[in-house]
Amino acid sequence: MPIGLTITTEFPEIRETLDNVVRQIGAVVLGKEHSTRLSLACLLARGHLLIEDIPGVGKTTLAHTLAHALGLGFQRIQFTSDLLPADILGVSVYDRDVAAFRFHPGPIFSELVLADEVNRATPKAQSALLEAMEEAQVTHEGETRPLPEAFFVIATQNPSHQIGTFPLPESQLDRFLMRVELGYPGAAAERTLLQGCDRRELISTLQPLLDVAQLLRLQHQVREIHASEALLDYLQALLDYSRNAPEFHSGLSPRAGLALLHSAQAWALMAGRAHLLPEDLQAILPAVTGHRLHWASGAGDPGTKTSSHLLEQVAIP
Amino acid sequence: MINRRPSSEQILWLCAAMALVITPHLSRLPIWAGIAFGLLALWRLGVAFGRISLPARWLRVFLVLAILPAVYLSQGTLFGRSAGLTLLAALAGMKLLETQSPRDAYVVTLLGFFLVITHFLYQQSIAIGIYMLLVVIVFTATLMTIHGHGLAQAPIRRLRYAGILVLQAMPIALLLFLLFPRLPGPLWGLPKDAYSTVTGLGETMSPGSVSRLSLSDAVAFRVKFDGPPPPAAALYWRGPVLWTTDGRTWSGLSRGPVHRLPDHGRNGTDTRYTVTLEPHNQRWLFALDLPASTPRGSVLSEDFQLLRRKRIRQRLRYRARSRLDQRPHNISAISAARALALPQGAHPTSRALAKRWRRESRGEQAYIQRVLAHFRQQPFYYTLRPPLLGGDTVDEFMFSSRRGFCEHYAAAFTVFMRAAGIPARIVTGYQGGEYNPLGQYLVVRQRDAHAWVELWLEGSGWVRVDPTAAVSPSRIELGMDAAIPQPLGPPLLGLADNATARELWRNFRQSWDALNNGWNQWVLGYGMERQRQLLARIHIDSGNLAEIALALMLSITLSLGILALWLWRRRAPGDPVLGLYRRFCQKLKRRHIECGRSEGPVDFCRRITRQHPQFSAEASEISRLYIDLRYGSKRTDISRLRQAVKIFHP
Repeated sequence: MPIGLTITTEFPEIRETLDNVVRQIGAVVLGKEHSTRLSLACLLARGHLLIEDIPGVGKTTLAHTLAHALGLGFQRIQFTSDLLPADILGVSVYDRDVAAFRFHPGPIFSELVLADEVNRATPKAQSALLEAMEEAQVTHEGETRPLPEAFFVIATQNPSHQIGTFPLPESQLDRFLMRVELGYPGAAAERTLLQGCDRRELISTLQPLLDVAQLLRLQHQVREIHASEALLDYLQALLDYSRNAPEFHSGLSPRAGLALLHSAQAWALMAGRAHLLPEDLQAILPAVTGHRLHWASGAGDPGTKTSSHLLEQVAIP
Repeated sequence: MINRRPSSEQILWLCAAMALVITPHLSRLPIWAGIAFGLLALWRLGVAFGRISLPARWLRVFLVLAILPAVYLSQGTLFGRSAGLTLLAALAGMKLLETQSPRDAYVVTLLGFFLVITHFLYQQSIAIGIYMLLVVIVFTATLMTIHGHGLAQAPIRRLRYAGILVLQAMPIALLLFLLFPRLPGPLWGLPKDAYSTVTGLGETMSPGSVSRLSLSDAVAFRVKFDGPPPPAAALYWRGPVLWTTDGRTWSGLSRGPVHRLPDHGRNGTDTRYTVTLEPHNQRWLFALDLPASTPRGSVLSEDFQLLRRKRIRQRLRYRARSRLDQRPHNISAISAARALALPQGAHPTSRALAKRWRRESRGEQAYIQRVLAHFRQQPFYYTLRPPLLGGDTVDEFMFSSRRGFCEHYAAAFTVFMRAAGIPARIVTGYQGGEYNPLGQYLVVRQRDAHAWVELWLEGSGWVRVDPTAAVSPSRIELGMDAAIPQPLGPPLLGLADNATARELWRNFRQSWDALNNGWNQWVLGYGMERQRQLLARIHIDSGNLAEIALALMLSITLSLGILALWLWRRRAPGDPVLGLYRRFCQKLKRRHIECGRSEGPVDFCRRITRQHPQFSAEASEISRLYIDLRYGSKRTDISRLRQAVKIFHP
């Protein structure tokens, strides 16, 4: 048996814990390990996640399972066209006992918020959510209320060509660290799904493997992952190419550069490593740049993803 | 790649580069050719950027066929320099129009490079050299664009890149320039029509022919003296000697007998110098009066003109020796008769006056002094713009207009001498010159053209008499500038009267001329002779082609080697860790295992393990060490990686 490559891992126990989380989620959301890992990395990098796919492939289930496995408080907001900002943020109601208005916090005041079918709501409701995501606080009637320290939004959306959607503008898409697609399950996973019991019921049986304090510690640790000069060279080469190549509509912003770095750091931590490898960047790049990088009209092959073109064109220095 | 249509960017580059190379030719092309080229280029641009379509095949064929008669009609021939250029420019425009594939684009670029060369058939100045160098850079950038060069997208960066490429080619160009065997004369003969507009002294002299030259600032020749230059009054540059006249025009002997120089032996008083003569399309060389040697390839005529066998159509450098104090002593009976002949019935008043004065004078010397005194004392004026002489030129000049340039004085004086029985002839040439202290050489310009007289006096031989000196002594002693002050320099500045500005302008002109002289001597004048001298200095026999070829190859190999070393050293100071990993990849590449451009070390190692398990252990070890060194947070020792790569032999 050939001896494979053993990469130095500084945090084997973290790797094991997170592997367990992924395995547990994998028991419910079948055959979606890579998407699960990306979602977890997104959460560890303190970013918000957008899951885009057709209805019924398990977007909601994934979000729900993730919350459970990590021991996070979970709230779900179903976005509809008549959703109002108050339905998300909360509302002040007059309390006769104290003769004053009292604030009833909305579902946003939770650790993990699932914004289901976010592109069905009107832009007004969308921006209420996105502002809260950006600021990590809610200002209501002049009073600012902080959101939980671990605050994570998973938004799901249907492909924009479906009926009754308000597509998120690019500036708001940029607030999401990653966008992942789930796709149809494989044949084996599908068979298990068809034979097994209700997925929702399974979720309630899961035991949380982490608590909020541990999660916050991990999030802190992510930022400490070492990025060598050589790796930053590679990252900058990727950014440079996206900005100078004529085939892209517009290049990656500095915010996208930071998103790439943080996501790759989370990915490296999940592998138990204290340093970044080019492969970490390559693994998360499609999810981070998919919603940020577009073909210039008429350039490139619309059938190819911009991210894979970018990876092919830029050599690792 | 082969069938790819050139992008609009590439067409833009092509059109711009072609426009740059054609523009200086516009004044030489017939107007229709310039306009046609512009229209064809615009048409192609319209196809690339607008909605115009390429011309149909029949139209293209028709246009090409129309070019030939058009060239023939406007130039009268299809051959020669200007017809050839017109043809080339028009056909280049057609090729530009029908550029549809990268191959066509390459052909257009090559045509462009060829058009660069054609400029040197007309002009070889420094300015055009620099401009053409820039055009070559633009064409190189165009080649890069056609080739789909991914580097340097922005035009400025692409031009810079092309400039570096051209610069890198310079050492080899220089070596080829120095060592490539020189042919006697140009590589291909300049077509005959190339010399129609050369200025210079003619074979004949009539009133106005020298003064016309005096308006020209063009350089006639430059002289470098071995010692200090002689005084200005001694600088008589001998040219054509004129004997016969029809009363108005003076001309030389069609083919004078060849004179063999008596061997005077080497004399310490000889003035030695080197002349660089601008082509004047005549046979004679200029030398200080009196030439004491015959430069290589020339003969001395009986009247002491230096003549070359062929017309001088290239800049010529020759060594010469002169004896300033010596006069010609030879005269034959035929030439004595010629030197007394006057046309029947011409200049009656002058001849009558001459005869009267001769009778009244005691001796020839007294008569000569009397005529010169007449010029001095009567109101004769030395002027560049003498009135037109209608009837008998000499009589009219002597008795009514009394305004003239040197040819008027020389002609009148000769008539007076001949009428009195003193043999006389006119010598034309140049007088004076401007000394350039920067280059330490003398510049003689067309406006220094001059005519003087030689008299045969028994016992003294041919004596030089300059009647102009009697009228305007400053012309001979101080030069043309002093005799006839001209508005020097850029007239638009209105500074002609300002002494400081004049001085500045003079300095500038001298520096500029010194620069041009250097260019002429070392770049344009680098011919067979100079090459022979240079090669002799490094002990190579220029007659031995094998030796030259060897020297050429060796030096080019050496310069390429130096360039390669330099590039390699510039590459080397990268990360030594990366260098070792590249060596590891190189070793695998020999086994046809190639690392992808965007393949990370982990992925590559996993692929090796999967596809070539026999290398797995070593590759894993090297990859692990490499990853730790290059991407790890702790500094680890490089020596283990070096060792592992060294012993890795797939």
